[in-house]
Amino acid sequence: MATSLDHRFLTPLSQSPWPHYAVDQLLWRRLGDDLAAGRATLLSLWAEPDSVHLCLLDEAAGRVAIVSLAAVDGRFPSIARRHVPALRLERSIRDLTGLSPEGCPDLRPWLNHDQPYSFLPAEGPGVHEIAVGPIHAGVIEPGHFRFSVNGETVVRLEARLGYCYRGVEQLMLGQDLATAGRMCARICGDSTVAYSYAFAVAVEQALNVVVPQRGQWLRALMAELERVANHLGDIGFICNDAAMAVLHAQFGALREEVLQSAEACLGHRLMMDRVVPGGVASDLDDRGRANLLEWLTDAERRFARLIEIYDNSASLKERTLGTGILSAGLAARFGAGGFVGRASGRAFDARKQLPYAPYPELDFSVTVLNRGDVNARLWVRQCEVRQSFGLIRNILALLPPGEVRTALPTPAGASEGLAIIEGFRGDILFWLRLDDAGRVAASHARDPSWFQWPLLEAAIAGNIVADFPLCNKSFNCSYAGVDR
Amino acid sequence: MSEPLSRLLAGALLGRPLSVPAPAADPIALEELAGSLARRSRRLLGRSLAIREVDAGSCNGCELEINALANAIYDFERFGFRFVASPKHADVLLVTGPVTLNMKIALERAYAVTPDPKWVVAAGDCAAGCGVFAASPVCVGKVRDVLPVDLHIPGCPPSPMALLRGLLALVETVG
Repeated sequence: MATSLDHRFLTPLSQSPWPHYAVDQLLWRRLGDDLAAGRATLLSLWAEPDSVHLCLLDEAAGRVAIVSLAAVDGRFPSIARRHVPALRLERSIRDLTGLSPEGCPDLRPWLNHDQPYSFLPAEGPGVHEIAVGPIHAGVIEPGHFRFSVNGETVVRLEARLGYCYRGVEQLMLGQDLATAGRMCARICGDSTVAYSYAFAVAVEQALNVVVPQRGQWLRALMAELERVANHLGDIGFICNDAAMAVLHAQFGALREEVLQSAEACLGHRLMMDRVVPGGVASDLDDRGRANLLEWLTDAERRFARLIEIYDNSASLKERTLGTGILSAGLAARFGAGGFVGRASGRAFDARKQLPYAPYPELDFSVTVLNRGDVNARLWVRQCEVRQSFGLIRNILALLPPGEVRTALPTPAGASEGLAIIEGFRGDILFWLRLDDAGRVAASHARDPSWFQWPLLEAAIAGNIVADFPLCNKSFNCSYAGVDR
Repeated sequence: MSEPLSRLLAGALLGRPLSVPAPAADPIALEELAGSLARRSRRLLGRSLAIREVDAGSCNGCELEINALANAIYDFERFGFRFVASPKHADVLLVTGPVTLNMKIALERAYAVTPDPKWVVAAGDCAAGCGVFAASPVCVGKVRDVLPVDLHIPGCPPSPMALLRGLLALVETVG
């Protein structure tokens, strides 16, 4: 490994499936330097009352590691001091556990909203502020945006989130797996399949469970249906924000049909609570399979026609081309997942780089573009829809027979598990530790949007206020997933 | 106009509408509304209701289904409903989520600036009873703990059809 973490000289506390090491302050600081120098990518940073945990990715080697540092007198050396993508995670740790990141350049509370909040100032002749939210004009999640503008041009955007903070990680403590799983499925409703998938895989890693093949394939089926539904809805909304109502209506109808098919074939429109530790909660019968195939054939044809219209509409592309550019450097530095990263040159997709069942058995490709504008993000998403259509067709054709779920064993003792699952926005990380009774002793959910929200702020700078909805929708970051 | 677009528009003009047939008002919702609205001012709204949606801490599942009300399949505007951008323009606050500590003030302010007569609809199991977040120390509680609620639409999340049937019951009762 090119980082300071030399696996030859460290003994893991556990292997779940990635190694988890205890480190001292010196090594902790050196890993902070590695992140800052781009030798490793930050996957997450979280804490328990007496220790902090850092999850790192070595992209070149395709390796993940967790390192833990014991807090001393309620403090730990700030990672954000060297590597700014850790900043909001550290502010969140401080609110959740009281641990203080020493040297952190920003100690404003993040989740605790009980004190007045000062936004970072932007000053100069003619600069004024526009405050938006937490309740927005559309039917969307709550959050506050503070724009500093000069005329029509955005000088700086700062988001303040935390309005959907429900304390999910604290609520899960001491819960049995069924209850904790239902909570995890409701961290972020638009990614409920991906979150349940991550929860289930983390539990299975902790308990050494092998999921029956059919169960694994059905999970991928649901994950791809979720990806398709979200991409269709968002592509439609992007067209709407550029005033192309007919495409909004058509993509909206296509999306609705995915949800109706999911309900008819898998029992729930969003497939909530369908992925569970040990497998899946509902099987797909022959009729469901035939229904899905029929939907797929029709959807593929109509989707291609709609994308052709998008691609041929100069008035629409005039809005999306060159708007809201995210540089490749920032995308790489923040480890931006999903289509946000892949539209700015970061070729990371957990299904390929950190493959998990059943994806190594399935044939698909990942599109990476470099322009980083609204159009590039939309185009990556439309390529992903086509790839997901192919995956769904593949899964329906080759779905292995057999059981869809296996019983969980009695735990042999305390254990931990880590899962990194590609949701439609990017990689979702879920870590948990189980006690010897199989209850949740600690957990952490890291939404992809932790590393995308700050990039939206960067991408909008220099654009006009009127293009914000378009840029925002092209990122479509999660509020509930980040707030938890 | 591009050729694929003109083909699409021609198809839409000549084809059948995508919208599903109108559902009946939800009888359970009618019953709840009969109780809660009997004591309140009624006004003829011409069967038109302006809705301001407030996510008070939801997982976004309810918002997905509420958004679907406006798609071509459910097309709730044909029944006189529409989403408005401000609570100042609204007749109905459609509230989702367990009310978080961090959203309580915004929700109360939205209600305060909604002109009378106004109705509050709590959509989803979290809004009705906090759902899986009932024990959360950072949630205030269900919507009724913060605002007077006229109608609950259950579900996790409620389907667009359930939402439509509930809202139709509301417009039949107040309209």
